[in-house]
Amino acid sequence: MREKKIRVLIAKPGLDGHDRGAKVIARALRDAGMEVIYTGLRQTPEQIVETAIQEDVNVIGLSILSGAHTYLFPKVMELLKENNVEDMIVIGGGVIPEEDIPELKKVGIDEIFTPGTDTRDIIKFIKEKVK
Amino acid sequence: MFNKDEIKKIKQSKEEWENNALKKTLERFPERKEKFVTGSGKEVARLYTPDNLEEFDYNKELNFPGEFPYTRGVQPTMYRGRLWTMRQYAGFGTAEESNKRYKYLLKQGQTGLSVAFDLPTQIGYDSDHPMSLGEVGKVGVAIDSLKDMETLFDGIPLDKVSTSMTINAPATILLAMYIAVAEKQGVSPDRLKGTIQNDVLKEYIARGTYIFPPTPSMRLITNIFEFCFKEMPQWNTISISGYHIREAGATAVQEAAFTLADGIAYVEAAIKIGLNVDDFSPRLSFFFNAYNDLLEEVAKFRAVRRLWARIMKERFGAKNKKSLMLRFHTQTAGCTLTAQQPDNNIVRVTIQALAAALGGTQSLHTNSRDEALALPAEDSVRIALRTQQVIAYESGVTETIDPLAGSYYVETLTNEIEKQALEYIEKIDKLGGAPRAIEKGFIQQEIQNSAYKYQKEIEEGKRIVVGVNEFQIKEEPPKGLLKVDPEVERCQLEKLRELKKTRDNQKAKANLDALERTAQTETNLMPYILDCVKSYVTLGEICNVLRSVFGEYKESVKL
Repeated sequence: MREKKIRVLIAKPGLDGHDRGAKVIARALRDAGMEVIYTGLRQTPEQIVETAIQEDVNVIGLSILSGAHTYLFPKVMELLKENNVEDMIVIGGGVIPEEDIPELKKVGIDEIFTPGTDTRDIIKFIKEKVK
Repeated sequence: MFNKDEIKKIKQSKEEWENNALKKTLERFPERKEKFVTGSGKEVARLYTPDNLEEFDYNKELNFPGEFPYTRGVQPTMYRGRLWTMRQYAGFGTAEESNKRYKYLLKQGQTGLSVAFDLPTQIGYDSDHPMSLGEVGKVGVAIDSLKDMETLFDGIPLDKVSTSMTINAPATILLAMYIAVAEKQGVSPDRLKGTIQNDVLKEYIARGTYIFPPTPSMRLITNIFEFCFKEMPQWNTISISGYHIREAGATAVQEAAFTLADGIAYVEAAIKIGLNVDDFSPRLSFFFNAYNDLLEEVAKFRAVRRLWARIMKERFGAKNKKSLMLRFHTQTAGCTLTAQQPDNNIVRVTIQALAAALGGTQSLHTNSRDEALALPAEDSVRIALRTQQVIAYESGVTETIDPLAGSYYVETLTNEIEKQALEYIEKIDKLGGAPRAIEKGFIQQEIQNSAYKYQKEIEEGKRIVVGVNEFQIKEEPPKGLLKVDPEVERCQLEKLRELKKTRDNQKAKANLDALERTAQTETNLMPYILDCVKSYVTLGEICNVLRSVFGEYKESVKL
């Protein structure tokens, strides 16, 4: 029997328009055999969580380069909790200072990938986490 | 540049060299790679000689500085007359904080201002809009109304400095606010010098701060062209930007091609509403990226200058010399900065800035070493500015004009970039012009393909990024990064509440209503927007009215 494909939502929360990273990751994950949905720009945390639930994804990838991650990432996690979603892996990327990472992990983000990350490391991380 | 006999002789001796000395060396010491490429992946030959420029006509391809086709520069004396404007893009938090940073930069010898607005301002939301949550004051200064703009430029004489504003979809509004602040300082619009980015096509392509659909967006842009032609003869009405296109992953050729294709679309739009090409074209300006491949970037700057001059002359029949000149701002490539060993970024920025100077830029922003980590701290910004000053005053490249001209490699590369960019422009013409090509996703997909290829090359080790996939070290997390005070948001909300209580709300409403009515006609909106901002109508209120008339743009993404 063929293994079920891992489903990933790549999302751009907030107003940030830098989508090079999000699009490159989306394509790399797709090339690695995953099913990838990309939201496009300017998604509210509510929209992202709604799409994630509707599309029944295993992984949410959030990308922000504007510095709004300290507000928007925890907001997504809060909404997931409110909707009783506990089995989704959430990863984040973008311009995120090292010192913000512990706080983001505390609210439930599984991993933060900063600039310079090899897409193969992200693929490996997802494949290990989604079992 | 060479006569036929000479070329023949050079070809013969080149063949001889290849068959003897070179062959022997290659047999004993093979080259490092099979294929050598530029930063953009263009194949590079081992050696360039006069036979690469066999048909080269000096007067036709280069001519003299300040003369068509302006390959060697737009002014007859270039940096011997005046250095480029050193213009660091800055702004964060509140207008008060940004005002302090501007005064600091001016004191450090910066020669022009460049305002960074936060994302809510750029997308036409007031700080109290739900979409603004978490974004207020983050990537730039928060401006909700003329009040904030008055604070931003407090104590800065607007008749003395030139100001560049990175604002696109709401460019009419911020320009109106700038005019209003100047008026309060007793400076009339015709004395104002500066630039608004005002380039919405590249927002759809790469940068993302669009609001309205293409047709009304093009109207707002041409409204500015028309208004400034009459009222602000020293103002650059648009900065047609390849910078963000390149940041999104485009190659040098794609950056050149897509930027000029956007430029063509703006010129066509302005002609379509009845403007004379030689009335508005002299105030068009451009904005390019400077990457690490020094010589490819220099060639790119020279190629776009020549190609634009030819387009303006041949395609649009422009006669005014100023219409033919491509004047540009440069920013060093943000996406080449690494979070790893951030001090190495100072060296990258130096090479990139040098490319801009050798390419004849009119103004320059140098990135700070810590920008892959956070907003730049003050000492990082100072080093970035000092980098420009060292190039300007110590490197010697400013003492003669276009010093790389005549290099077999640089001239060949300049020719190739021009040719390949033109081929792209022809393709875009066939698709119906830049706006149609964007709608079809053609431009975006070309860029995405390049971005993906670049990333793959790094991961496969075909491309070395120092400190990232080679020469790594164990590092401590960096200290002293700039953080925007979370109080900014609260402070902006407070100011907004106060403003709406104290302004003449009847007058504000009347001006907004007039704007709404006029938006439904084809009349130029600038005077109505000016009335609105002067009566302290907020940016968000103006954009809401325009959204209700124009609708909003929805991107269609293809991966």
